Amino acid sequence: MGKITLRNVQKRFGEAVVIPSLDLDIEDGEFVVFVGPSGCGKSTLLRLIAGLEDVSDGQIMIDGRDATEMPPAKRGLAMVFQSYALYPHMTVKKNIAFPLRMAKMEPQEIERRVSNAAKILNLTNYLDRRPGQLSGGQRQRVAIGRAIVREPAAFLFDEPLSNLDAALRVNMRLEITELHQSLETTMIYVTHDQVEAMTMADKIVVLNAGRIEQVGSPLTLYRNPANLFVAGFIGSPKMNLIEGPEAAKHGATTIGIRPEHIDLSRETGAWQGEVGVSEHLGSDTFLHVHVAGMPTLTVRTGGEFGVHHGDRVWLTPQADKIHRFGADGKAL
Amino acid sequence: MATQHSKTAARLMISPAVILLFLWMIVPLSMTLYFSFLRYNLLMPGMESFTGWDNYYYFLTDPAFSAALTNTILLVVGVLVITVVGGVLLALLLDQPFWGQGIVRVLVIAPFFVMPTVSALVWKNMFMNPVNGMFAHIARGLGLQPFDFLSQAPLASIIGIVAWQWLPFATLILLTALQSLDREQMEAAEMDGASALDRFLHITVPHLTRAITVVVLIQTIFLLGVFAEILVTTNGGPGTASTNITYLVYAQSLLNYDVGGGSAGGIVAVVLANIVAIFLMRMIGKNLDA
Repeated sequence: MGKITLRNVQKRFGEAVVIPSLDLDIEDGEFVVFVGPSGCGKSTLLRLIAGLEDVSDGQIMIDGRDATEMPPAKRGLAMVFQSYALYPHMTVKKNIAFPLRMAKMEPQEIERRVSNAAKILNLTNYLDRRPGQLSGGQRQRVAIGRAIVREPAAFLFDEPLSNLDAALRVNMRLEITELHQSLETTMIYVTHDQVEAMTMADKIVVLNAGRIEQVGSPLTLYRNPANLFVAGFIGSPKMNLIEGPEAAKHGATTIGIRPEHIDLSRETGAWQGEVGVSEHLGSDTFLHVHVAGMPTLTVRTGGEFGVHHGDRVWLTPQADKIHRFGADGKAL
Repeated sequence: MATQHSKTAARLMISPAVILLFLWMIVPLSMTLYFSFLRYNLLMPGMESFTGWDNYYYFLTDPAFSAALTNTILLVVGVLVITVVGGVLLALLLDQPFWGQGIVRVLVIAPFFVMPTVSALVWKNMFMNPVNGMFAHIARGLGLQPFDFLSQAPLASIIGIVAWQWLPFATLILLTALQSLDREQMEAAEMDGASALDRFLHITVPHLTRAITVVVLIQTIFLLGVFAEILVTTNGGPGTASTNITYLVYAQSLLNYDVGGGSAGGIVAVVLANIVAIFLMRMIGKNLDA
């Protein structure tokens, strides 16, 4: 079980209000990702749920019980830290067994759970090593192992992949998603990387300056961003946001169109522009096109579309994929 | 750096310092060794003669020697225990955020800057004196008989004085070690259900072992040679109750004018110090690896 409910939760550090007031429901078994730019309060929110910070106001419920004043150990949550926070003087085995030893569990039961976790995480051959002798990915797995042996109500991940190199990050992303599918335990995952958010989450919570901008499945956020912030944050490359007369034509203050929803032609189209930088990725090409009266537009096209700096092209936005935003930044 | 020419130049340039240091050590050592085999008494100048192992025999069979050896061990171990335990506790305390932290830290370090002679005299005359001392005043204020520390518990008093001097050093080293402890590790242990005591025993203490090793090694070297504190407080007495090996060597050669016997004692002290050093390196030196 791992249903977590936040009611009217606030966090202030002295005068500075980090989280103004926030409500959130996390259902049992969900994979929830908190995503937002640096300093948006997502790690603070996670630490509030973990109990490592005190809430200034409001209530945190875990499985229907009020956990607001509970110490971290009593909440039944396990956390994986950004730095892994392994105990350097203990072997991998002792690291994983530490929470069980602290819970005064029977030695045979500890042995069974540790070897089971080691099997799941491919750590069986490393049990007698110290963290200093492991690679980054292995350390990460030990940290996850230390979390899963406790069979917690929910896992908390605080940017766990940010210290890994790109290739390993993709691997670990898959492993964590698979782990979630086999354990079916609630997971809360904090990241600033929207690719991680899109690929892993059942539900994404987009945070900005301590406020929730939008909650929804990855595709909901992609298709129907609730406001300009979400529109600009979700999707890669970023959505093109256009103001002025072009937006007024659609009855909005700002319109947004994703790079993949603009059709490109050499002959005709709605907007004429001049190609600036083009980024060839092999499978895709991202063109940065200068159009009079608009900011530079990013356009995504197939890898084989041969254009050069200074070429004239025509752009046509797909009419049903245009997002319209009002003066307050909210979607119309 | 690595050419033959630069290597030769480097050796040539560093050699004056090395040779000077080497002579500085080897000349007194060999002279001590030489004197230790002579019948050499300052009251009978010009009568020096070779006596073989006699000086060693008399020094080692002197009842004062076994007393001094015990006192040296008690002094070193006593001060180490007080400074390490007290240093860990003080470091934990100073690591907490509180108002005026900077000033308090400077104050805590202060005793280390007081010269041993001065601090021992301050302790002897201002605190431990049975008539005018602060402790005597307090005892009288409570209606108790003043305790004459330096004559009734001389070794314990000296241990107290020396520990007071070395506590700041231990605290300083342990505090810096404590500050390098990863905060996330503590939080992880907290999430793992470790109580404050468990966190101290399983996370803090293992983290501090290396710093404690450094404290023990450095302090042992200096504590084997404690001299000034004994000279200005008890003069090694009453009897030999607070005489350590260093003080015994001094008493032998300069109070009894027996340079030969004192030199033999000096060589014995060097041998003992090396035995201690070897054991220390064996026992705890491995903590310093990796």
